[in-house]
Amino acid sequence: MNTQVKDNVTFSCPVPIQEYPHVLLAHGSGGKLMHKLIDSMFVKTFSGQTLDDCHDAAVRSFGAGNLAFTTDSYVVSPLIFPGGDIGRLAVNGTVNDLAMAGAKPLFLSVSFILEEGLSMQTLWQITRSIKDAADYAGVEIITGDTKVVDKGKGDGMFITTAGIGAVDPGVTISPRRITTGCDIIVSGDLACHGMAVMAVREGLEFESAIESDTAPLSEIVQDLLAAKVNIRCLRDLTRGGLSSALNELASSAGCSFQIDESLIPVREDVASACEMLGLDPLYVANEGRFVAIIDPADTKRCLQIMQQHKAGRMARRIGQTTQEPKGLVTLQSHIGAKRILDMLSGEQLPRIC
Amino acid sequence: MKYLNEYRDPKLARQFADEIKRITTRPHVLMEVCGGQTHAIVKFGIDELLPQEIELVHGPGCPVCVTPLELIDKAIHIASRPGVIFTSFGDMLRVPGSSQDLFSVKAQGGDIRIVYSPLDAVKIAKENPDKQVVFFAVGFETTAPANAMAVYKCKQENITNFSILVSHVLVPPAMEAILSSPSNRVQGFLAAGHVCTIMGYTEYYPLTEKYKVPIVVTGFEPLDILQGVYMCVKQLEEGRHEVENQYARSVTREGNTYAIDMIRNVFEIVERKWRGVGAIPQSGFRLTSAYAQFDAEHKFELAAIQTEESTDCISGQILQGLKKPFECPAFGSKCNPEHPLGATMVSSEGACAAYYRYRNYQKERVPA
Repeated sequence: MNTQVKDNVTFSCPVPIQEYPHVLLAHGSGGKLMHKLIDSMFVKTFSGQTLDDCHDAAVRSFGAGNLAFTTDSYVVSPLIFPGGDIGRLAVNGTVNDLAMAGAKPLFLSVSFILEEGLSMQTLWQITRSIKDAADYAGVEIITGDTKVVDKGKGDGMFITTAGIGAVDPGVTISPRRITTGCDIIVSGDLACHGMAVMAVREGLEFESAIESDTAPLSEIVQDLLAAKVNIRCLRDLTRGGLSSALNELASSAGCSFQIDESLIPVREDVASACEMLGLDPLYVANEGRFVAIIDPADTKRCLQIMQQHKAGRMARRIGQTTQEPKGLVTLQSHIGAKRILDMLSGEQLPRIC
Repeated sequence: MKYLNEYRDPKLARQFADEIKRITTRPHVLMEVCGGQTHAIVKFGIDELLPQEIELVHGPGCPVCVTPLELIDKAIHIASRPGVIFTSFGDMLRVPGSSQDLFSVKAQGGDIRIVYSPLDAVKIAKENPDKQVVFFAVGFETTAPANAMAVYKCKQENITNFSILVSHVLVPPAMEAILSSPSNRVQGFLAAGHVCTIMGYTEYYPLTEKYKVPIVVTGFEPLDILQGVYMCVKQLEEGRHEVENQYARSVTREGNTYAIDMIRNVFEIVERKWRGVGAIPQSGFRLTSAYAQFDAEHKFELAAIQTEESTDCISGQILQGLKKPFECPAFGSKCNPEHPLGATMVSSEGACAAYYRYRNYQKERVPA
C-alpha cells in the first residue's frame, strides 16, 4: 500500500505552469500568457509531428491528396453585434483556419452549448446566420451536437465548430517555408471586429458605424493558389491582432519581420475609436483579415487578386522579412524611428487617462 | 474625430528635430512628467530623433505606478469580500499586491469589473442595490473631477451602496519633491498636458521662480512632444525659466474651472504615499468629512492593512528620473510584464513596460 502511494507521488507530473494557481482571463487573450499555457500544458502533453507545427489547421496526407482538419470554439458577448453574430464567426473562423493551410473547406461540425433561458428568437437568428455563412463559404454542415447548461453557467451560448478541407497536392503553406527577403502582406484594414464588439459592449457611440470584418477568406486564398502565387505562409488575424500573428510567425520562422507603421491600413474612424480608448489597433481582434508571407516577385499579382475581393479591397504590402533581429518584429514608426512590436502578455487594457 | 495623423507627420517631426539640433549648444536633461508622454516617446522613437546632448528622463506621472502597494492590498481585500462589486480602470487589475493581483481575485470568484468611467460604477450601484459597489479612484488631477462627480451624484441621489477607494495624487508637489532632492538632475520639465487641461498652469509659476527651471505644458502626440522639447531647450539655451504652454489647443491658463470647483467641493489636500518614493506632503486628495460616508477605507475598516514595499525594485529611482530601466539588474530577466516586480513594469504607461515592449532587444546597444 505504502509503495503504491509512493509510486503515485513519484510518477505524478507536476502542473507545468506554476506561476498561476488559477486560470485567468488573460490566458485566453491571444498573448504571451496564452501561448505559454498552450505550449507548456497542451503541446507538450499531446506532442506529435503535426501538432507541433502549431499551424491554424493540421494537414495530413490522405489517399492521393492531403486533408486539413481544425477546430475552434466561439465565445463572444454580445452574441449579436454590428456586422455579424456568434454564428457567422463560428463558420468563418473555422473556414479561415482551413484556408490558412491552403485548404478548400468542405465540411463543418457545429456544437452548441446553450444557457437555460436563452431567447428562442436569438437562437433562431443565429442558426439562420450559420446557414447563410456556410452557404456563402461553400461549406456543408454535416454533423453537430446540442447541450443545455444551467442559467448562469454559459454566456447565452457557446459554439464549437470543427472543419475538414482538401489541400491540393503540391501546396505547402507553413512557417517553415518563410525565409529572409519575403514580402509581408496584410489582406485589409485592421481592428474593425474588435472595435465593433467593444462599442456595443461598452455602449459607446462613434460618429460612423464600425462593423465587424467577419468574412470567409478561403475564396481569396484559392484564387491566389490558382494563380500560382508563391505563398510561403498564411495566418489569419484573430485575438491579439496583427502583432500576435506576426510575432508567432517570426518566432516559428526564426527570422525578423520588419514592418512600416505608415503602410498598415487602419480606417480613420477606427483609429480614432482606438485612440479614445487607449488601445493600439495592431493588437485589436479581426475576424476576416490575414497576413500572407510571399515571394516578392509575386507581390503585385497577389495584391491585385486580393483587391478584387470585398474582404481584400484594402490589401497592402506592409514590410518584409530580414535576417536580424531573429524571432522579433520591428516596426518603423510614423515619424520614422524604429522600435520593437512585441506580443502582449495578456489582454490589452484600457489606460487610466 | 480627426487630428491624429496631423500630429504624427514625419516631415514636420524631422524639421522640429533639426531645429532642436540647431539651437542646442550644450547638454540638457529634461523630464517628461506624464506616463502617457513616456509611452509616446518610446512608442514613436521620439528620443532617437533628438541630438545626443538632450537626455529625456521619465517622470512620476504614471498613476498606476505610484499607487502604493498598501492601496493595492486594500483593494484586493475589499474585492475578495462577498457582496462587493469592485470596479476599476483596466490598468489596475494586473498590478501585483503583496501576494496576488486583482485578476487573480477575479479568477477565484471576486466580482471585479473594468469600467471606463466612475459614473459607470455608479450605474452598477444603482442596478445592484443589495451589493456594495466600490470604485478604485486612482490617478492624478486628470481623473479627479469624474471621481468627484461620481461621489457628488451619489450624495445628491442618496445612493448609499457606493464608495471609492481613493489614491489620488497631485503633480506639482511631486515635481517639487524631485527638484528639491540633492540628487536632482532635471533642468527642465515637459508638464503633463491632460493634468493642465483640468488645473491650468498657474501652479507652476512658483516652481519656475524658486528652482529656476523652465516648465513647458506639453501634449502627447509626437509633434507636441518635439515642440515641447524645442521650447524647453530654447529657454535653457537663452537662460530663461518660464512657464510656457505648448498644448494651447487644450490647455488654458486657468484650466477647467467647473472641474476644479467640483474637485474642491469633494476632496481636500493631504499627505500621500507614492509607491517607490515615499510620503510627500500635500501631494494628494482624500474625501472631505462631508463625503466620508463614500470613503471605502472607512466603510470596510481597512486601517489595519499596512504593507512595506519590496527592496528589489528600483522603480522609485526610475520615477524620480535618477535611473533608467536598463540600469536595473532585474530588468527583462527577473522582472518582465508577466512577472512584474514593480508597478513601472505593469502599467502600459510605466517606463519599464514601455522599454520592455518597444526596445528590449536593444538592451545591449542603448547606453544606460
